[in-house]
Amino acid sequence: MANRYTDNSVSLSASELYCERDDRVLFERLNLTVKNGDLLQLAGPNGAGKTTLLRLLVGLNRDFDGDLLWHGEPLTQVFADYASQRLYLGHLAALKRALTPLENLRWLVSPWMSTESASVITDDDLWQALEDVELGGYEETPCNQLSAGQQRRVGLSRLAIVPAPLWILDEPFTALDVAGVAWLEARIQQHVARNGAVIITSHHALQNIPSLKRLDLGELALGGGLL
Amino acid sequence: MSLVMATIKRDLLLAGRNPGEWLNPLMFFLMVVAMFPLAVDPDPEFLSRIAGGVIWVGALLATLLSLDALYKADVEDGTLEQWLASGESLYMLALAKALVHWLCSGLPLTLMAPVLGLMMALPDDAYIGMLLSLAVGTPILSLLGSVGAALTAGVRSGGLLLSLLILPMYVPVLIFAASAVYHAGLGMAYNGQIGFLGAMLALSVCLTPFASAAALKLNLSR
Amino acid sequence: MWQWIVRLYHRLGSPKWFYELTSKWIFWLALLSVVGCVVGLVLGLLYAPADYQQGNSFRIIYIHVPAALVAQSAFIMMAVAGAVFLIWKMKMAAWVARAIAPIGASFCLIALLTGAIWGKPTWGTWWVWDARLTSMLLLLFLYFGVMALQRAIESEEASHKGAAILALVGLVNIPIIKYSVEWWNTLHQPATLKLTEKPSMHPDMLLPLLIMILTTYVLFALLVILRTRNEILWHERKRSWVQALPEMLGGGR
Repeated sequence: MANRYTDNSVSLSASELYCERDDRVLFERLNLTVKNGDLLQLAGPNGAGKTTLLRLLVGLNRDFDGDLLWHGEPLTQVFADYASQRLYLGHLAALKRALTPLENLRWLVSPWMSTESASVITDDDLWQALEDVELGGYEETPCNQLSAGQQRRVGLSRLAIVPAPLWILDEPFTALDVAGVAWLEARIQQHVARNGAVIITSHHALQNIPSLKRLDLGELALGGGLL
Repeated sequence: MSLVMATIKRDLLLAGRNPGEWLNPLMFFLMVVAMFPLAVDPDPEFLSRIAGGVIWVGALLATLLSLDALYKADVEDGTLEQWLASGESLYMLALAKALVHWLCSGLPLTLMAPVLGLMMALPDDAYIGMLLSLAVGTPILSLLGSVGAALTAGVRSGGLLLSLLILPMYVPVLIFAASAVYHAGLGMAYNGQIGFLGAMLALSVCLTPFASAAALKLNLSR
Repeated sequence: MWQWIVRLYHRLGSPKWFYELTSKWIFWLALLSVVGCVVGLVLGLLYAPADYQQGNSFRIIYIHVPAALVAQSAFIMMAVAGAVFLIWKMKMAAWVARAIAPIGASFCLIALLTGAIWGKPTWGTWWVWDARLTSMLLLLFLYFGVMALQRAIESEEASHKGAAILALVGLVNIPIIKYSVEWWNTLHQPATLKLTEKPSMHPDMLLPLLIMILTTYVLFALLVILRTRNEILWHERKRSWVQALPEMLGGGR
């Protein structure tokens, strides 16, 4: 359980972010930094802009004012490097229902499959990852025969194999059963303990993680408070 | 690059799992062409005159039918999001998607066309010309069509809209390709038409992925 | 010079500036198009000599040709406005592009209808697959596509961008379509009577045509400005400068 990632592999910072949608200001003068070992939970009521902020941080949405920096450089300029260091699990699972979990997973991790990256992901890793999320025995069953929770686990199994220090997770607890929730919590704890970083939107109360930071977007919109 | 290759593999695998997606347009192609002798005139001499045009119109409509699904599922299930998050060039991805579409639509259409040629009393000399025109022309249909598919991926009942957007753009392909088949049947030279189709193919390989990539980004919410 | 262009560009991006500036123009543009129309049509219909081949029926040229020219220019302008929006994210450009689409399509339709009316005495039938008429028809289809896409995409921003991309793809395609249709036409119908014979036009015929062309462009500009002003009012309806406009008193809230 030693540090898996080097000390300064994660450095994402936002300063003076301003974002409006449909003539409504979602947030302004928003500052945040995420470093190794951080767990940042984005909280707030529906419509407060959690998902929007998350998508800005992922780099899916570039319609904002302010600076978004990865190791001090604008995100858009170092996007290829940033993309390889951060794993994004969206609200949508990006699964093809006619394919098996194994085939889906092989596509999902393909950005990290290139030969030049240090740790090559083998097929054994994929089987092991599916075993981890208790999909053992379902590896070759088409996803349309799996339950909603099992389909979510296919996406979550990436957490075990993708060598990215920064995770960005959008409502990852949705549709999981008790065991699944426990597994995911443990995963997140382990990742943070190994010096990784996590940004998460969830209504779920995360426990036992000392470095947990909360960013409350609803309050921000009211008071303009900073983290 | 590995995401592009993985996407090509995955989409071909999907086409193998859901054969209806590429078989149905092929059957449609067969049926549409079969309607012409029934509706107009089964006289072989007349049919041989219109064969090239009818086969090409059929191929065009069959392509449009299969284009509707090109990006729809990718937008809905989050595949598009993962592409954009990966930082991989959308140009290459759009090109890869068009390639897969051609492999599942244009290529089988081309291979099936000789059977329809028999049904339409296509002159013996015209077969090579028809195959050539389809082989060079159908990739243009896939490339141009993928722009329309990207534009309409997030729209309800986008299939009809897609046809409205793309059909006028298909006119040059239709004109040169059908004319190539017709001239081949008369025993005349048709390399000019094929050359023109080739030029259009080169142009669309270079330009349409840009438009598709720009259009794909519109389908991300917020 | 360059700075002047940059300043003009920044001003064009301001809806308020555009609205206030064009307020003064509307009257003069309207006057110009009415006067031009009267002068051009009187000269063309009453004073220009009859055509030696087509008799009086050629006089529809004074509507047909200007409408066809404007329809083609309008598509180019729509695509350019769309490109400006895509590249520099200037909202005014998107509104202008949206304002142009139905106007361009209308001129296209006018050109097609007058072409059909002209075709009846010339060819003895309403529709002939003449190269120019066919190109016009395809241009109308392209307009239909752009307008259908604008209506179909729900998010306003995305619908502007989608229409702009489609218009640009169409713009690249138009020369190819025109060329292929002309090529196809010579293949199938060699040497039919062309509707518009350019070279040997009598000056008395040409002058009214030029006047009508200019007038139609002025009319087009007027219509685009009017529609753009409507777009501005709608999008800026919550801003104070719109609410303070005299024409908004009563209706505006």
